[in-house]
Amino acid sequence: MSTQQGGRFFFNVDWITILIYIALCAVGFVNIYASIYNPDNSTLFNFSSNYGKQLIFIITALIVGFSILLMDAKFFSVFSPIVYGITMLLLVAVLLVGRKVAGNQAWIPLGSFRLQPSELAKFGTALLLARYVSSFNPKFRDFKSIMFAALIVLFPLMLIMLQPDTGSALVFLSFMFPLYREGLSGYFLLIFLGMIVLFIADFLLPITLIIPVILVIGGIFVYQNRRKQKVMFSIILTTIIAIAYLFLVRVAYEKVLEPHQRTRIEIMLGQKTDPKGAGYNVIQSKIAIGSGQITGRGFLEGTQTKYGYVPEQSTDFIFSTIGEEWGFVGCTVVVALYLFLLLRLINLAERQRSTFSRVYGYCVASIIFFHFFINIGMTIGIIPVIGIPLPFISYGGSSLWSFTVLLFIFLKLDSNRMGFI
Amino acid sequence: MDNLFNRKYIVQGLFIVVALILVGQLFYIQVASDRYFLSANSNVLRKKYTFPARGVILDRNNKVIVQNEPVYDLMVTPNLVKEFDTLAFCNIIGIDMKGFHKRFDKARNQSRYQRTVFEKQLSVQTYAALQERLSRFPGFETQNRTVRHYPDSIAGQFFGYVKEVSAKDIEDSEGYYRPGDYIGKSGVEREYNDVLRGERGVENTIYNAKNVPQGSYLDGKFDTLAVSGETLISSLNIDIQKLGEQLMHNKVGSIVAIEPSTGEVLAFVSSPTYDPNLMVGRQQGNNYMDIFRQPNRPFTVRPLSGYYSPGSSFKPLDALLGLQEGVIDPNTTFNCPGYYWAGNHQVKCEHVDGNISLRKGLARSCNTYACYVFQKLMTQKKFKNKIEAYDSWEAKVRKFGLGSKLDLDMPFERKGRLFTSEEYTKRFGKYWGYTTIISLAIGQGEMSATPLQMANIMAIIANRGYYMKPHLIKGIGEKKNVRKEYLTKNYVDVDTRHFEPVIDGMQDAVNAAYGTARASAIPDILFCGKTGTVQNPHGKNHSVFIGFAPRDNPKIAIAVIVENAGFGSSYAAPIASYMTEKYLTGKLSGNRGERAEWMKKQVILPDMPKPKVKLPPYQADSVKPVPVQQPVNQSTSIN
Repeated sequence: MSTQQGGRFFFNVDWITILIYIALCAVGFVNIYASIYNPDNSTLFNFSSNYGKQLIFIITALIVGFSILLMDAKFFSVFSPIVYGITMLLLVAVLLVGRKVAGNQAWIPLGSFRLQPSELAKFGTALLLARYVSSFNPKFRDFKSIMFAALIVLFPLMLIMLQPDTGSALVFLSFMFPLYREGLSGYFLLIFLGMIVLFIADFLLPITLIIPVILVIGGIFVYQNRRKQKVMFSIILTTIIAIAYLFLVRVAYEKVLEPHQRTRIEIMLGQKTDPKGAGYNVIQSKIAIGSGQITGRGFLEGTQTKYGYVPEQSTDFIFSTIGEEWGFVGCTVVVALYLFLLLRLINLAERQRSTFSRVYGYCVASIIFFHFFINIGMTIGIIPVIGIPLPFISYGGSSLWSFTVLLFIFLKLDSNRMGFI
Repeated sequence: MDNLFNRKYIVQGLFIVVALILVGQLFYIQVASDRYFLSANSNVLRKKYTFPARGVILDRNNKVIVQNEPVYDLMVTPNLVKEFDTLAFCNIIGIDMKGFHKRFDKARNQSRYQRTVFEKQLSVQTYAALQERLSRFPGFETQNRTVRHYPDSIAGQFFGYVKEVSAKDIEDSEGYYRPGDYIGKSGVEREYNDVLRGERGVENTIYNAKNVPQGSYLDGKFDTLAVSGETLISSLNIDIQKLGEQLMHNKVGSIVAIEPSTGEVLAFVSSPTYDPNLMVGRQQGNNYMDIFRQPNRPFTVRPLSGYYSPGSSFKPLDALLGLQEGVIDPNTTFNCPGYYWAGNHQVKCEHVDGNISLRKGLARSCNTYACYVFQKLMTQKKFKNKIEAYDSWEAKVRKFGLGSKLDLDMPFERKGRLFTSEEYTKRFGKYWGYTTIISLAIGQGEMSATPLQMANIMAIIANRGYYMKPHLIKGIGEKKNVRKEYLTKNYVDVDTRHFEPVIDGMQDAVNAAYGTARASAIPDILFCGKTGTVQNPHGKNHSVFIGFAPRDNPKIAIAVIVENAGFGSSYAAPIASYMTEKYLTGKLSGNRGERAEWMKKQVILPDMPKPKVKLPPYQADSVKPVPVQQPVNQSTSIN
């Protein structure tokens, strides 16, 4: 009976995704071990050390994950507003009773563990967003539905900004992808991309060059649409807004961003070098990764890793250990694992019959994608330093559990794709 | 399925593009560029060098003439420096606060994490005072080195000096040298630098991010110990070297003594000289400039680069060539009325001896005799013309080592001067003959030799027909290797039998009642020699003597030049005799000790040029100014 029941529970589960998940956790464990490895006392396996803790985290995460698979799929859809509500309350609570760690009030102490509500908020938001789309079937053509979706996403984002934890807050921008998939105009993505491009261009090029370029591009579009007055008008408006943005972003950059954030951006854009100060992390991380060359220095052989040259190496900069000890080959394998996972998640999402499951699937893929891109991009110097973990690999219980929960809820929904929610 | 389904591809496409961007950047920093790999090594590895001691140099009796003395470089690692009592620190090492900040900033600019030199060559006393309190100066440490010490303070030009490598030396060495290494800059230190320098040791230590050492790199696989340089055994006899320098004190000139059977140089005196210890240590630069500015240029290595007309000391060569060619025999006489007519000009002789033979001609240094022999050599019937005759004479003279380098194991040897027939034609046009160049017969004219070449001619006569290449180092390292070229005999193509008549004349020059150097005879030793009084258009004549002793189985051949000292018999000959006697017997007999003391006290220096008056160039050559030299005055010097 029990085998039959177990078989029923795990029926239709996508084992390939679980295998990739386990592989990434294993990569994490091995590299955390290497990051913390100390040649002087390497003999005993020590559960009080961080790699020992990570092993416990992985085991408990698997237990949590498989427990989720045993739950009823309907639960998530039904209780999503409540989950969202609880996580929002926790976000408020952390501002009141949280503990400050490294300038961020992001942690609630719970016995020997610390709870990070911003991690929980990600899947709370994902659930509610999926519930909203599946219940009301908005096409995001009207202002009202866009506003509503934006509220769901921006509310936790704002709360997290208050901590202030800019990195985690930025992750909420990844909800643009599921909204786009559900009908949000592609222009939103383009505008967003355009804002980033203009921001970077504003840094690197003189404004006397950017404005004529914008005007020329705008002019070409106006000429092409010269018979459609309405379109022409909106193009002219966009051009004016773009130019205004150039000046606004300068003011915003000075007033809104913290000095250390400005420095990180300037370092990433090569406008500033500060090898002893703010640039130290990135330079050391690049040195460690670059020194791995093609095949890497080998497990436990990375000198930069072993002798502590990269700060935060087991958490946010874990990828530098992979880069140094496993080289270009190892890095490519890890990137490929992530890419495979992401593409698979999208494919799984698309095969759902229920909108809820599809939207949720997109949310999971987008959140993982955002972490993956920003974290690795930061360690190799193409993204400014934003302190968010590498999913499944970085050291830390909160991060691993929340990604596990996020992923396994989707796997549960997927295994139940034949039923209706 | 609605058409929104297609948006899946846009999202997935974006994921792929981002993954490719990441892999592209990874490729760039991991595979395409090795910059990060090198940075990683410089993060972790610190190289600590240990400097080798330079090889010791011994004299021919195995007495140490150069040894090494410990000094201490004060090193600093800027990032380890914490607040400390800088005033006390400065007092110990003898600098002021300004000097402290200058040195510290320089070190910090070089590297914050690597050790760099703060102050070089602290003395043992300073080191001792500092070492007691070093724990109070975090970030500072000392590094042992050695510098040269010359116990006898002599033979400066022979040793040369050692200096820190220049930027150019580092470049030329193609990576061998690093800043702070020592290199021989002149003399034997330069010539034998490769064997003297030894091998630097290196220790590779791994440091962690907090700059705490983490043990050696790859268990010391690339570590090496410093290897001391090889010991050199020089050919010098330190006793006669010292005597020679004392005898030449306050005089300008050279003494070169050679052991004829081996070519080993026994004494190598260049005067004025300097104490080689001045060229060591922190004051090296200042002392260098002081010595450089002294009159008569102590840095000039006169035995190798001083040009002198051989003068009368060339006459034995006339006789040898005459005998070998058969134009004279030992009994040939010429009439000397006190002069010799060469065409329309007269070569004067110091005396009127009437009919004079070879033996007496040499003993009395008869110019007429020498000119007749030269005339006969140049007018032999076998020659078609004067060119052929001169070329033949020149080739024979060159065999004796004149006009080309003897390849002494010392840098900056000069080759002397001997004209070719083309050069004469260029100077005199078509019409010249033996009368034009008759000065050559008495060692004047277009002929200059270094003191080394003159001593070598004596070695040839002492050996009766060959020489060994003169050299200063007779053994390298434990195996006492010697360069191969120093083991072969160089024959001069004059038969052995022709030497005895010439040596007879040279014996008489010193030992006969009528000899020119009668006063320089050595009791109980047959000292053979020849005086020279070299005409010097720029001042008093140079006093020259060349000789060897004893007559049979000679042990020493010697050349002495005292500039502006007049007759060869008055200064050069006595100095040569004291050197010779001291070498052969280890002492000076009878009252010769006192006479040597008197000689040491004599001051014979060329008149000093008056300041701000342009004077003709200083030069040792008696005939023609050497064009590269410039005027000397008190404040600035030349070369």
